[in-house]
Amino acid sequence: MIRSAAAPRRSLLARSKIRETWPMHLMMLGPVIMIFIFAYVPMVGIVIAFQDYIPTKGFFGSEWINFENFEYMFMLPDIWQIIGNTLIISVLKIVTTIGASIIFALLISEVKSKTLNKVSQSVILFPWFISWVILGNIFKDAFGLNGMVNQLIKSLGGNEVFFFGENGLFRGLLIGTNIWKDLGYNMVILLTAISGIDPTLYEAATIDGANKFQQKLKITLPSIMPMIVLLFTLALGGILNAGFEQVLVLYNNAVLDSSEILDTYIFKISYYESQHSLGTAVGLFKSVVGTICLCTSYFLANKLAGYRIF
Amino acid sequence: MKKNVNRNHIKESLAYRIFTVFNTGFILLYMIICLVPFIHMFALSTSSVAAANGNRVSLWPVEFTLSAYTEALSDNQILSSLKMSALRVVLGVAIQMLFTILAAYPMSRENKAFPGRKAYVVYIVFTMLFSGGFVPSYLLIVSQLKLANTVWALVLPNAVPVFNLIILMNFFRQIPKEIEEAAIVDGAGHMTLLTRIYLPLSMNALLTLVLFACVGHWNAWFDGMIYMRDPIYYPISTFLRVTSDRIQNVSTMEDARLLMRISPRTMIMAYTIICTLPIVCVYPFLQRYVKSGLVLGSVKG
Repeated sequence: MIRSAAAPRRSLLARSKIRETWPMHLMMLGPVIMIFIFAYVPMVGIVIAFQDYIPTKGFFGSEWINFENFEYMFMLPDIWQIIGNTLIISVLKIVTTIGASIIFALLISEVKSKTLNKVSQSVILFPWFISWVILGNIFKDAFGLNGMVNQLIKSLGGNEVFFFGENGLFRGLLIGTNIWKDLGYNMVILLTAISGIDPTLYEAATIDGANKFQQKLKITLPSIMPMIVLLFTLALGGILNAGFEQVLVLYNNAVLDSSEILDTYIFKISYYESQHSLGTAVGLFKSVVGTICLCTSYFLANKLAGYRIF
Repeated sequence: MKKNVNRNHIKESLAYRIFTVFNTGFILLYMIICLVPFIHMFALSTSSVAAANGNRVSLWPVEFTLSAYTEALSDNQILSSLKMSALRVVLGVAIQMLFTILAAYPMSRENKAFPGRKAYVVYIVFTMLFSGGFVPSYLLIVSQLKLANTVWALVLPNAVPVFNLIILMNFFRQIPKEIEEAAIVDGAGHMTLLTRIYLPLSMNALLTLVLFACVGHWNAWFDGMIYMRDPIYYPISTFLRVTSDRIQNVSTMEDARLLMRISPRTMIMAYTIICTLPIVCVYPFLQRYVKSGLVLGSVKG
């Protein structure tokens, strides 16, 4: 019955202009060309990882040295420390930022006042829009020896703390300021998930005598669990990106041991030291491992939360 | 039994009320923590040099003065940087929006309605998974395309932002099919559908993306640092980065002379405020749209 009612309309659609698909291919032409030039052409440039690249000789004139750059890379005394730093900073950031955003989402969802609810979300999200250059200037001042934080510590009777000179403290600073900046982003996503929970679930729980705390634990948390899992798995894909701009802006030579990460290292050797081939080799290593992480992450996100990119 | 339930209810609501008070207090406190750094920065930038260097400034300007700003804005460099940033925002946002819209419309179609869509998906997703890396992109833009010292080096490489594309694509998919079908029956083609139906119905999403793109281009500094050899072409965020680096690590005579004239602390803060101000002005409009945008772009599968 339904089928026969829909049939004439479909045939009308079938005869319409919408059947032609070439305009859609035409629309894709511009984006496809831009992506080709700025994403695919650089992939060809990867060949210099296998060369002793000399800019004046170009891609085709430079000498091929196969895997020598990679062998050299893994013999560098610092490379394992750099990989370790990248993973440690990145994992700590993912866990603390998503963890904090779960707590904040749960707390803010309990705020009754609509105004406070909205305003607090906007205020907490604000730092997410500010670049690390600006935040770097603020934090370098605030956590410096003469900064606001040390003034506070001294007024409470403590000794000054040199956040930018001690490895452990500096790593803590990276993690802490990252929570402060990125907390709002995940929090807003989780709050959207919380607001989508069926209110009759809470009503039923109240009638059964569950208090607010039990309701959070037994209803809210399980309901947003797929979203939490999704946030973690998607973050897993970027595990080799430990925050290039943040580290580059904040770090200094005194704290290299705890904060030199792959991206800052690649930048340093290829930009300041002009070791183009070595820089490309380290970059290729990072890209390949990063691709494996991303594929795993998308696969897991799809399996666990039904996520798909397009 | 009934009495018991009632007593439970009263007991809980008391505990819950205490929780609410602490919860509200905690959230207010955290909101202050979010804002204090910016207020402190503003207070420093408008205080006298003596007060700033003597650590007498906390959240309120001490010996109020705008001399750091007049000094900062008297520099020709910062004016050319502001111009460069304005140019980059206008051009960059226009290019990004054009390509995002053009790609989002076909990509929002079902695979059946757009043969070849799968190939495009693979083509785009591959660039999300793998990249040539820093050096090859740098060599392409500087050595092959010769875009150094031009605004094109800043606006072309990210002409098709995939995150924005996904937001708009997901938004297009939410538009009721009935509206589109009515137009198709009237003989509309793809271009008509896009310009007369999809775009007018997506004004909120488009505005969100425009604001995202503006903030992104305003904040970007790294590309300006590596692709602009001549400081007069630095966009404002790059200028801020390079200048604060210079003031903090004095290495040349010129830097030392600069420092004799000004107080580094109030000066850096004034530059930083100038760089932050546009985002503070845009944010009230931005935050209205931003929440739905974030959800559509990141986790809506």
